[in-house]
Amino acid sequence: MRFLDALLGRSKPKQPKLDALFGVTAAAITLEASAGLKPTGQAAVCFKPASGQGFAAASEELRGVLDLAVQEAGSTLRVEDDRYGYRWVVLGDPELEDLVTAVHMVNATLEQHGFGPQLLCSVFGFAEAGGSGRRCHLVYLYKRGSFYPFAPLQGERRDNELELQVRGALGSDLPIEPELARWFALWGIPL
Amino acid sequence: MARTRFPADLGLSSRMLLTMFLLGLLYVVFIGALVAILGTRSLPLVLLIAGGFLFFQYFFSDRIALFAMRGQEVSPQQAPELHQMIDRLCALADMPKPRVAVSDSDIPNAFATGRNQKHAVVCVTTGILRRLSEPELEAVLSHELSHVAHRDVAVMTIASFLGILAGMVVRYSFYAGAFGGGGWGRSNDNRDNTGLVILLVVVASAVVYALSFLLTRALSRYRELSADRAGAILIGRPSTLASALVKVSGEMARIPTRDLRAAEPLNAFFFAPALAQGFSFSSLFHTHPPLERRLEQLAKLEAQLGRQA
Repeated sequence: MRFLDALLGRSKPKQPKLDALFGVTAAAITLEASAGLKPTGQAAVCFKPASGQGFAAASEELRGVLDLAVQEAGSTLRVEDDRYGYRWVVLGDPELEDLVTAVHMVNATLEQHGFGPQLLCSVFGFAEAGGSGRRCHLVYLYKRGSFYPFAPLQGERRDNELELQVRGALGSDLPIEPELARWFALWGIPL
Repeated sequence: MARTRFPADLGLSSRMLLTMFLLGLLYVVFIGALVAILGTRSLPLVLLIAGGFLFFQYFFSDRIALFAMRGQEVSPQQAPELHQMIDRLCALADMPKPRVAVSDSDIPNAFATGRNQKHAVVCVTTGILRRLSEPELEAVLSHELSHVAHRDVAVMTIASFLGILAGMVVRYSFYAGAFGGGGWGRSNDNRDNTGLVILLVVVASAVVYALSFLLTRALSRYRELSADRAGAILIGRPSTLASALVKVSGEMARIPTRDLRAAEPLNAFFFAPALAQGFSFSSLFHTHPPLERRLEQLAKLEAQLGRQA
Protein backbone atom coordinates (compact mmCIF):
# COMPACT_ATOMS: atom_id res chain seq x y z
CA MET A 1 0.00 0.00 0.00
CA ARG A 2 2.86 2.41 0.63
CA PHE A 3 3.95 2.00 -2.96
CA LEU A 4 0.45 2.73 -4.23
CA ASP A 5 0.12 5.75 -1.96
CA ALA A 6 3.37 7.18 -3.29
CA LEU A 7 2.34 6.43 -6.86
CA LEU A 8 -0.97 8.21 -6.40
CA GLY A 9 0.55 11.00 -4.34
CA ARG A 10 -1.77 10.55 -1.40
CA SER A 11 0.41 10.24 1.68
CA LYS A 12 -1.74 10.03 4.77
CA PRO A 13 -1.09 12.08 7.89
CA LYS A 14 0.95 9.97 10.28
CA GLN A 15 -0.88 9.06 13.47
CA PRO A 16 1.05 9.33 16.75
CA LYS A 17 2.23 6.30 18.70
CA LEU A 18 1.54 6.67 22.37
CA ASP A 19 2.46 3.31 23.92
CA ALA A 20 6.12 3.84 24.75
CA LEU A 21 5.46 7.08 26.61
CA PHE A 22 4.71 5.36 29.92
CA GLY A 23 8.19 3.82 29.99
CA VAL A 24 9.60 7.15 31.17
CA THR A 25 8.90 6.48 34.84
CA ALA A 26 10.92 3.27 34.84
CA ALA A 27 13.66 4.87 32.76
CA ALA A 28 14.03 7.69 35.28
CA ILE A 29 15.22 5.21 37.90
CA THR A 30 17.83 3.78 35.56
CA LEU A 31 18.91 7.26 34.53
CA GLU A 32 19.54 8.34 38.10
CA ALA A 33 21.42 5.17 38.96
CA SER A 34 23.68 5.06 35.91
CA ALA A 35 24.05 8.67 34.73
CA GLY A 36 23.21 10.70 37.85
CA LEU A 37 20.37 12.52 36.10
CA LYS A 38 17.23 13.40 38.06
CA PRO A 39 13.85 14.58 36.79
CA THR A 40 13.55 18.38 37.04
CA GLY A 41 9.82 18.13 37.65
CA GLN A 42 8.97 19.67 34.30
CA ALA A 43 7.58 18.22 31.12
CA ALA A 44 6.09 19.67 27.97
CA VAL A 45 4.01 18.61 25.02
CA CYS A 46 4.63 20.29 21.68
CA PHE A 47 2.11 20.35 18.85
CA LYS A 48 1.31 22.34 15.75
CA PRO A 49 -1.94 24.24 16.16
CA ALA A 50 -4.23 23.86 13.16
CA SER A 51 -6.45 26.61 11.85
CA GLY A 52 -10.23 26.67 12.01
CA GLN A 53 -12.98 26.29 14.54
CA GLY A 54 -12.47 22.53 14.87
CA PHE A 55 -9.10 23.01 16.48
CA ALA A 56 -10.23 26.00 18.53
CA ALA A 57 -12.95 23.83 20.06
CA ALA A 58 -10.46 21.04 20.75
CA SER A 59 -8.07 23.52 22.42
CA GLU A 60 -10.81 24.83 24.62
CA GLU A 61 -11.76 21.37 25.76
CA LEU A 62 -8.10 20.52 26.31
CA ARG A 63 -7.66 23.60 28.49
CA GLY A 64 -10.67 22.65 30.59
CA VAL A 65 -9.56 19.06 31.07
CA LEU A 66 -6.01 20.12 31.92
CA ASP A 67 -7.03 22.80 34.40
CA LEU A 68 -9.10 20.27 36.26
CA ALA A 69 -6.35 17.63 36.30
CA VAL A 70 -3.70 20.13 37.34
CA GLN A 71 -5.81 21.35 40.21
CA GLU A 72 -6.40 17.82 41.39
CA ALA A 73 -2.75 16.80 41.29
CA GLY A 74 -1.46 20.13 42.55
CA SER A 75 0.81 20.78 39.57
CA THR A 76 1.43 23.88 37.52
CA LEU A 77 0.57 24.60 33.91
CA ARG A 78 1.43 27.22 31.31
CA VAL A 79 0.99 27.44 27.56
CA GLU A 80 3.53 29.08 25.25
CA ASP A 81 3.80 29.56 21.51
CA ASP A 82 7.31 29.43 20.12
CA ARG A 83 8.74 31.36 17.18
CA TYR A 84 8.22 28.47 14.78
CA GLY A 85 4.48 28.44 15.33
CA TYR A 86 4.33 25.42 17.63
CA ARG A 87 2.42 25.40 20.91
CA TRP A 88 3.99 24.12 24.11
CA VAL A 89 1.97 22.97 27.08
CA VAL A 90 4.47 23.08 29.96
CA LEU A 91 3.61 21.12 33.07
CA GLY A 92 5.31 21.21 36.45
CA ASP A 93 5.01 18.55 39.13
CA PRO A 94 7.55 16.91 41.43
CA GLU A 95 5.99 13.50 40.71
CA LEU A 96 7.12 12.16 37.35
CA GLU A 97 4.11 9.87 37.21
CA ASP A 98 1.70 12.81 37.40
CA LEU A 99 3.61 14.50 34.60
CA VAL A 100 3.32 11.47 32.36
CA THR A 101 -0.40 11.23 33.05
CA ALA A 102 -0.91 14.91 32.25
CA VAL A 103 1.13 14.60 29.05
CA HIS A 104 -0.97 11.66 28.02
CA MET A 105 -4.11 13.66 28.65
CA VAL A 106 -2.98 16.22 26.07
CA ASN A 107 -2.31 13.45 23.54
CA ALA A 108 -5.61 11.72 24.15
CA THR A 109 -7.67 14.90 23.88
CA LEU A 110 -6.03 15.96 20.64
CA GLU A 111 -6.33 12.50 19.15
CA GLN A 112 -9.97 12.26 20.11
CA HIS A 113 -10.68 15.35 18.04
CA GLY A 114 -8.79 14.02 15.04
CA PHE A 115 -5.71 16.18 15.60
CA GLY A 116 -3.34 13.34 16.50
CA PRO A 117 -1.13 14.09 13.48
CA GLN A 118 -0.46 17.59 14.85
CA LEU A 119 1.57 16.18 17.79
CA LEU A 120 5.30 16.80 17.36
CA CYS A 121 7.06 15.65 20.51
CA SER A 122 7.00 15.73 24.26
CA VAL A 123 9.96 16.59 26.44
CA PHE A 124 10.78 15.43 29.96
CA GLY A 125 13.31 17.54 31.82
CA PHE A 126 16.30 15.85 33.46
CA ALA A 127 19.32 17.48 35.09
CA GLU A 128 22.43 16.33 36.85
CA ALA A 129 22.04 16.11 40.59
CA GLY A 130 24.34 18.28 42.69
CA GLY A 131 23.79 21.61 40.92
CA SER A 132 26.36 21.27 38.15
CA GLY A 133 23.68 22.60 35.80
CA ARG A 134 24.14 19.96 33.16
CA ARG A 135 20.78 19.23 31.60
CA CYS A 136 19.69 16.36 29.43
CA HIS A 137 16.07 16.21 28.32
CA LEU A 138 14.33 13.12 27.09
CA VAL A 139 12.42 13.85 23.91
CA TYR A 140 9.63 11.55 22.76
CA LEU A 141 8.94 11.55 19.01
CA TYR A 142 5.25 10.80 18.55
CA LYS A 143 5.45 9.68 14.96
CA ARG A 144 8.36 7.32 15.57
CA GLY A 145 7.35 6.10 18.99
CA SER A 146 10.93 6.52 20.16
CA PHE A 147 12.98 8.62 22.55
CA TYR A 148 16.21 10.53 22.21
CA PRO A 149 18.30 12.58 24.64
CA PHE A 150 18.84 16.28 24.04
CA ALA A 151 21.47 18.05 26.15
CA PRO A 152 21.64 21.75 25.28
CA LEU A 153 24.72 23.81 26.14
CA GLN A 154 25.32 27.55 25.99
CA GLY A 155 25.26 29.08 22.51
CA GLU A 156 23.18 26.47 20.68
CA ARG A 157 25.61 23.62 21.11
CA ARG A 158 24.83 20.11 22.28
CA ASP A 159 26.62 17.96 24.82
CA ASN A 160 26.95 14.94 22.55
CA GLU A 161 29.00 13.02 25.08
CA LEU A 162 26.26 13.18 27.69
CA GLU A 163 23.64 12.32 25.07
CA LEU A 164 25.47 9.21 23.97
CA GLN A 165 26.05 8.24 27.58
CA VAL A 166 22.29 8.48 28.19
CA ARG A 167 21.62 6.43 25.09
CA GLY A 168 23.88 3.72 26.44
CA ALA A 169 22.24 3.79 29.84
CA LEU A 170 18.67 3.62 28.53
CA GLY A 171 19.14 1.22 25.66
CA SER A 172 17.24 -1.59 27.33
CA ASP A 173 14.57 0.51 29.11
CA LEU A 174 13.22 2.67 26.32
CA PRO A 175 13.00 2.48 22.53
CA ILE A 176 15.83 4.88 21.61
CA GLU A 177 15.68 6.46 18.15
CA PRO A 178 18.31 4.54 16.17
CA GLU A 179 18.87 7.17 13.46
CA LEU A 180 21.03 9.92 14.92
CA ALA A 181 19.94 12.24 12.11
CA ARG A 182 16.49 12.33 13.66
CA TRP A 183 17.72 13.60 17.03
CA PHE A 184 16.79 17.10 16.06
CA ALA A 185 17.71 20.04 18.25
CA LEU A 186 15.03 21.97 20.11
CA TRP A 187 16.60 25.33 20.84
CA GLY A 188 14.87 27.71 23.18
CA ILE A 189 12.40 25.22 24.60
CA PRO A 190 10.42 26.63 27.48
CA LEU A 191 11.61 24.06 30.02
CA MET B 1 -9.07 3.92 16.34
CA ALA B 2 -7.28 7.06 15.33
CA ARG B 3 -9.39 9.55 13.51
CA THR B 4 -8.46 11.73 10.62
CA ARG B 5 -10.28 14.88 9.69
CA PHE B 6 -9.52 14.65 6.01
CA PRO B 7 -11.35 12.11 3.83
CA ALA B 8 -9.36 10.80 0.88
CA ASP B 9 -9.74 12.77 -2.33
CA LEU B 10 -10.91 9.97 -4.59
CA GLY B 11 -11.47 12.25 -7.57
CA LEU B 12 -7.86 13.39 -7.64
CA SER B 13 -6.52 9.85 -7.18
CA SER B 14 -8.67 8.41 -9.97
CA ARG B 15 -7.81 11.22 -12.42
CA MET B 16 -4.15 10.62 -11.74
CA LEU B 17 -4.54 6.88 -12.18
CA LEU B 18 -6.30 7.41 -15.51
CA THR B 19 -3.52 9.69 -16.73
CA MET B 20 -0.89 7.13 -15.78
CA PHE B 21 -2.88 4.39 -17.46
CA LEU B 22 -3.09 6.38 -20.69
CA LEU B 23 0.65 7.06 -20.55
CA GLY B 24 1.36 3.38 -20.07
CA LEU B 25 -0.99 2.46 -22.89
CA LEU B 26 0.69 4.96 -25.20
CA TYR B 27 4.03 3.48 -24.20
CA VAL B 28 3.02 -0.07 -25.07
CA VAL B 29 1.39 0.94 -28.36
CA PHE B 30 4.44 2.96 -29.38
CA ILE B 31 6.91 0.18 -28.69
CA GLY B 32 4.60 -2.23 -30.52
CA ALA B 33 4.42 0.09 -33.52
CA LEU B 34 8.22 0.46 -33.58
CA VAL B 35 8.65 -3.29 -33.59
CA ALA B 36 6.04 -3.67 -36.32
CA ILE B 37 7.53 -0.99 -38.58
CA LEU B 38 11.24 -1.44 -38.02
CA GLY B 39 11.60 -5.02 -37.02
CA THR B 40 13.25 -5.94 -33.77
CA ARG B 41 16.86 -5.40 -34.78
CA SER B 42 17.36 -1.68 -34.28
CA LEU B 43 15.11 -1.49 -31.27
CA PRO B 44 17.65 -2.50 -28.60
CA LEU B 45 19.92 0.39 -29.55
CA VAL B 46 17.14 2.97 -29.25
CA LEU B 47 16.01 1.54 -25.97
CA LEU B 48 19.55 1.47 -24.66
CA ILE B 49 20.20 5.11 -25.45
CA ALA B 50 16.84 6.25 -24.09
CA GLY B 51 17.40 4.06 -21.05
CA GLY B 52 20.75 5.76 -20.55
CA PHE B 53 19.05 9.14 -20.50
CA LEU B 54 16.53 7.87 -18.03
CA PHE B 55 19.22 6.41 -15.81
CA PHE B 56 21.22 9.63 -15.90
CA GLN B 57 18.22 11.79 -15.01
CA TYR B 58 17.05 9.40 -12.36
CA PHE B 59 20.33 9.10 -10.52
CA PHE B 60 21.64 12.62 -10.92
CA SER B 61 18.39 14.57 -10.66
CA ASP B 62 19.49 16.19 -7.40
CA ARG B 63 22.85 17.33 -8.71
CA ILE B 64 21.47 18.45 -12.08
CA ALA B 65 18.76 20.56 -10.52
CA LEU B 66 21.05 22.07 -7.88
CA PHE B 67 23.64 22.90 -10.53
CA ALA B 68 21.08 24.44 -12.86
CA MET B 69 19.59 26.59 -10.11
CA ARG B 70 23.03 27.33 -8.62
CA GLY B 71 21.84 26.00 -5.29
CA GLN B 72 24.39 25.82 -2.49
CA GLU B 73 23.93 23.30 0.26
CA VAL B 74 23.78 24.99 3.65
CA SER B 75 24.68 23.60 7.05
CA PRO B 76 22.59 24.06 10.22
CA GLN B 77 25.13 26.68 11.33
CA GLN B 78 24.69 28.72 8.16
CA ALA B 79 20.89 28.66 8.11
CA PRO B 80 19.72 27.64 11.58
CA GLU B 81 16.12 28.75 11.19
CA LEU B 82 15.58 27.03 7.88
CA HIS B 83 17.04 23.85 9.31
CA GLN B 84 14.91 24.03 12.45
CA MET B 85 11.78 24.46 10.35
CA ILE B 86 12.61 21.45 8.20
CA ASP B 87 13.69 19.40 11.24
CA ARG B 88 10.31 19.87 12.81
CA LEU B 89 8.32 19.28 9.66
CA CYS B 90 10.22 16.03 9.10
CA ALA B 91 9.52 14.92 12.67
CA LEU B 92 5.86 15.80 12.16
CA ALA B 93 5.66 13.84 8.91
CA ASP B 94 8.00 11.04 10.02
CA MET B 95 10.42 11.24 7.15
CA PRO B 96 14.22 11.43 6.99
CA LYS B 97 15.56 14.93 6.75
CA PRO B 98 16.54 15.98 3.23
CA ARG B 99 19.59 18.09 2.47
CA VAL B 100 18.89 21.80 2.50
CA ALA B 101 20.11 24.22 -0.12
CA VAL B 102 19.76 27.92 -0.84
CA SER B 103 19.95 29.43 -4.29
CA ASP B 104 21.03 33.05 -4.65
CA SER B 105 18.29 34.23 -6.95
CA ASP B 106 15.65 36.92 -6.67
CA ILE B 107 12.93 34.78 -8.26
CA PRO B 108 10.72 33.65 -5.38
CA ASN B 109 10.79 29.91 -5.74
CA ALA B 110 11.49 26.63 -4.02
CA PHE B 111 11.97 23.12 -5.32
CA ALA B 112 12.53 19.59 -4.16
CA THR B 113 14.51 17.02 -6.06
CA GLY B 114 16.24 13.68 -5.65
CA ARG B 115 15.13 10.20 -6.60
CA ASN B 116 14.12 9.05 -3.11
CA GLN B 117 13.85 10.28 0.44
CA LYS B 118 17.47 9.49 1.22
CA HIS B 119 18.83 11.51 -1.70
CA ALA B 120 16.35 14.35 -1.50
CA VAL B 121 17.32 18.02 -1.55
CA VAL B 122 15.03 20.90 -0.74
CA CYS B 123 16.17 24.20 -2.18
CA VAL B 124 14.78 27.68 -1.61
CA THR B 125 15.83 30.91 -3.30
CA THR B 126 16.89 33.97 -1.37
CA GLY B 127 13.99 35.71 -3.12
CA ILE B 128 11.41 33.53 -1.41
CA LEU B 129 13.19 33.80 1.95
CA ARG B 130 12.95 37.58 1.70
CA ARG B 131 9.33 37.79 0.60
CA LEU B 132 7.46 35.24 2.68
CA SER B 133 6.67 35.36 6.37
CA GLU B 134 7.87 32.45 8.51
CA PRO B 135 4.55 30.56 8.56
CA GLU B 136 4.25 30.98 4.79
CA LEU B 137 7.77 29.72 4.23
CA GLU B 138 6.96 26.73 6.41
CA ALA B 139 3.88 26.02 4.27
CA VAL B 140 5.99 26.14 1.10
CA LEU B 141 8.53 23.78 2.70
CA SER B 142 5.82 21.32 3.67
CA HIS B 143 4.57 21.39 0.06
CA GLU B 144 8.10 20.55 -1.11
CA LEU B 145 8.52 17.82 1.49
CA SER B 146 5.29 16.27 0.22
CA HIS B 147 6.86 16.07 -3.24
CA VAL B 148 9.70 14.14 -1.62
CA ALA B 149 7.31 11.85 0.25
CA HIS B 150 5.37 11.16 -2.96
CA ARG B 151 8.60 10.39 -4.83
CA ASP B 152 7.53 12.76 -7.55
CA VAL B 153 10.92 13.03 -9.19
CA ALA B 154 11.05 9.27 -9.75
CA VAL B 155 7.46 9.11 -10.97
CA MET B 156 7.85 11.99 -13.39
CA THR B 157 11.22 10.85 -14.71
CA ILE B 158 9.79 7.47 -15.56
CA ALA B 159 6.63 9.02 -16.96
CA SER B 160 8.59 11.31 -19.26
CA PHE B 161 10.75 8.42 -20.50
CA LEU B 162 8.36 7.84 -23.40
CA GLY B 163 8.73 11.46 -24.47
CA ILE B 164 12.51 11.10 -24.57
CA LEU B 165 12.26 7.91 -26.55
CA ALA B 166 9.87 9.34 -29.12
CA GLY B 167 11.93 12.48 -29.48
CA MET B 168 15.06 10.44 -30.06
CA VAL B 169 13.40 8.35 -32.73
CA VAL B 170 12.36 11.51 -34.59
CA ARG B 171 15.90 12.86 -34.51
CA TYR B 172 17.56 9.62 -35.36
CA SER B 173 15.23 9.07 -38.29
CA PHE B 174 16.06 12.49 -39.67
CA TYR B 175 19.77 11.70 -39.56
CA ALA B 176 19.15 8.30 -41.07
CA GLY B 177 17.14 9.95 -43.83
CA ALA B 178 19.73 12.66 -44.45
CA PHE B 179 22.68 10.30 -44.68
CA GLY B 180 21.34 7.99 -47.32
CA GLY B 181 18.71 6.07 -45.44
CA GLY B 182 18.94 2.43 -44.71
CA GLY B 183 20.19 3.20 -41.24
CA TRP B 184 17.17 1.59 -39.75
CA GLY B 185 18.08 -2.01 -39.48
CA ARG B 186 15.97 -3.79 -42.00
CA SER B 187 18.30 -4.20 -44.92
CA ASN B 188 16.14 -3.93 -47.96
CA ASP B 189 16.81 -3.55 -51.60
CA ASN B 190 13.93 -1.20 -52.15
CA ARG B 191 14.96 2.44 -51.49
CA ASP B 192 11.46 3.88 -51.86
CA ASN B 193 10.16 1.54 -49.27
CA THR B 194 12.82 2.69 -46.80
CA GLY B 195 11.82 6.31 -47.30
CA LEU B 196 8.23 5.47 -46.53
CA VAL B 197 9.16 3.56 -43.40
CA ILE B 198 11.22 6.47 -42.11
CA LEU B 199 8.39 8.90 -42.80
CA LEU B 200 5.99 6.64 -40.96
CA VAL B 201 8.30 6.39 -37.98
CA VAL B 202 8.77 10.16 -37.84
CA VAL B 203 5.04 10.82 -37.98
CA ALA B 204 4.23 8.16 -35.38
CA SER B 205 6.97 9.41 -33.05
CA ALA B 206 5.91 13.02 -33.40
CA VAL B 207 2.34 12.11 -32.51
CA VAL B 208 3.50 10.03 -29.56
CA TYR B 209 5.76 12.84 -28.42
CA ALA B 210 2.92 15.35 -28.50
CA LEU B 211 0.56 13.04 -26.64
CA SER B 212 3.08 12.04 -24.01
CA PHE B 213 3.98 15.70 -23.53
CA LEU B 214 0.39 16.57 -22.78
CA LEU B 215 -0.08 13.58 -20.51
CA THR B 216 3.06 14.22 -18.47
CA ARG B 217 1.99 17.83 -18.04
CA ALA B 218 -1.42 16.69 -16.83
CA LEU B 219 0.21 14.21 -14.48
CA SER B 220 2.51 16.92 -13.17
CA ARG B 221 -0.47 19.14 -12.41
CA TYR B 222 -2.18 16.38 -10.45
CA ARG B 223 1.00 15.79 -8.48
CA GLU B 224 1.17 19.48 -7.65
CA LEU B 225 -2.38 19.37 -6.33
CA SER B 226 -1.51 16.28 -4.29
CA ALA B 227 1.52 18.02 -2.81
CA ASP B 228 -0.58 21.10 -1.99
CA ARG B 229 -3.09 18.89 -0.26
CA ALA B 230 -0.59 16.83 1.73
CA GLY B 231 1.45 19.91 2.62
CA ALA B 232 -1.56 21.82 3.88
CA ILE B 233 -2.72 18.83 5.92
CA LEU B 234 0.74 18.39 7.43
CA ILE B 235 0.87 21.86 8.96
CA GLY B 236 -2.89 21.93 9.51
CA ARG B 237 -3.14 25.36 7.93
CA PRO B 238 -4.38 25.34 4.33
CA SER B 239 -4.90 29.10 4.28
CA THR B 240 -1.24 29.79 5.04
CA LEU B 241 -0.21 27.81 1.97
CA ALA B 242 -2.86 29.66 -0.04
CA SER B 243 -1.49 33.03 1.02
CA ALA B 244 2.04 31.93 0.16
CA LEU B 245 0.80 30.87 -3.28
CA VAL B 246 -0.93 34.16 -3.91
CA LYS B 247 2.13 36.11 -2.81
CA VAL B 248 4.56 34.12 -4.92
CA SER B 249 2.31 34.15 -8.00
CA GLY B 250 1.85 37.89 -7.72
CA GLU B 251 5.59 38.37 -7.48
CA MET B 252 6.20 36.03 -10.37
CA ALA B 253 4.00 38.11 -12.67
CA ARG B 254 6.09 41.17 -11.91
CA ILE B 255 9.46 39.57 -12.59
CA PRO B 256 11.14 41.08 -15.65
CA THR B 257 11.21 38.77 -18.66
CA ARG B 258 14.99 38.73 -18.70
CA ASP B 259 15.02 36.57 -15.60
CA LEU B 260 12.56 34.13 -17.05
CA ARG B 261 14.55 33.86 -20.24
CA ALA B 262 17.68 33.22 -18.25
CA ALA B 263 15.94 30.27 -16.64
CA GLU B 264 14.72 28.90 -19.94
CA PRO B 265 17.84 27.30 -21.47
CA LEU B 266 17.62 24.78 -18.69
CA ASN B 267 14.43 23.42 -20.19
CA ALA B 268 15.89 23.31 -23.65
CA PHE B 269 19.08 21.66 -22.52
CA PHE B 270 17.36 18.64 -21.10
CA PHE B 271 15.31 17.04 -23.73
CA ALA B 272 12.59 15.81 -21.44
CA PRO B 273 10.51 18.55 -19.86
CA ALA B 274 12.52 20.17 -17.11
CA LEU B 275 9.96 19.08 -14.56
CA ALA B 276 11.70 15.73 -14.39
CA GLN B 277 14.66 17.33 -12.65
CA GLY B 278 12.88 18.92 -9.79
CA PHE B 279 9.62 20.23 -8.55
CA SER B 280 9.62 23.92 -8.44
CA PHE B 281 6.98 25.69 -6.52
CA SER B 282 5.73 28.13 -9.09
CA SER B 283 7.77 28.19 -12.26
CA LEU B 284 6.73 26.64 -15.58
CA PHE B 285 3.10 27.52 -15.46
CA HIS B 286 1.87 24.71 -17.61
CA THR B 287 3.28 22.06 -15.34
CA HIS B 288 1.33 23.63 -12.50
CA PRO B 289 -2.42 23.87 -12.15
CA PRO B 290 -3.92 27.33 -12.35
CA LEU B 291 -3.80 29.33 -9.15
CA GLU B 292 -7.61 29.32 -8.81
CA ARG B 293 -7.71 25.53 -8.89
CA ARG B 294 -5.07 25.31 -6.17
CA LEU B 295 -6.74 27.92 -3.98
CA GLU B 296 -10.10 26.23 -4.39
CA GLN B 297 -8.70 22.95 -3.12
CA LEU B 298 -7.09 24.65 -0.14
CA ALA B 299 -10.34 26.44 0.69
CA LYS B 300 -12.09 23.08 0.72
CA LEU B 301 -9.52 21.69 3.15
CA GLU B 302 -9.90 24.73 5.35
CA ALA B 303 -13.65 24.10 5.47
CA GLN B 304 -13.02 20.50 6.54
CA LEU B 305 -10.83 21.79 9.36
CA GLY B 306 -13.50 24.27 10.42
CA ARG B 307 -16.11 21.62 11.11
CA GLN B 308 -16.76 21.09 14.77
CA ALA B 309 -15.91 17.63 15.96
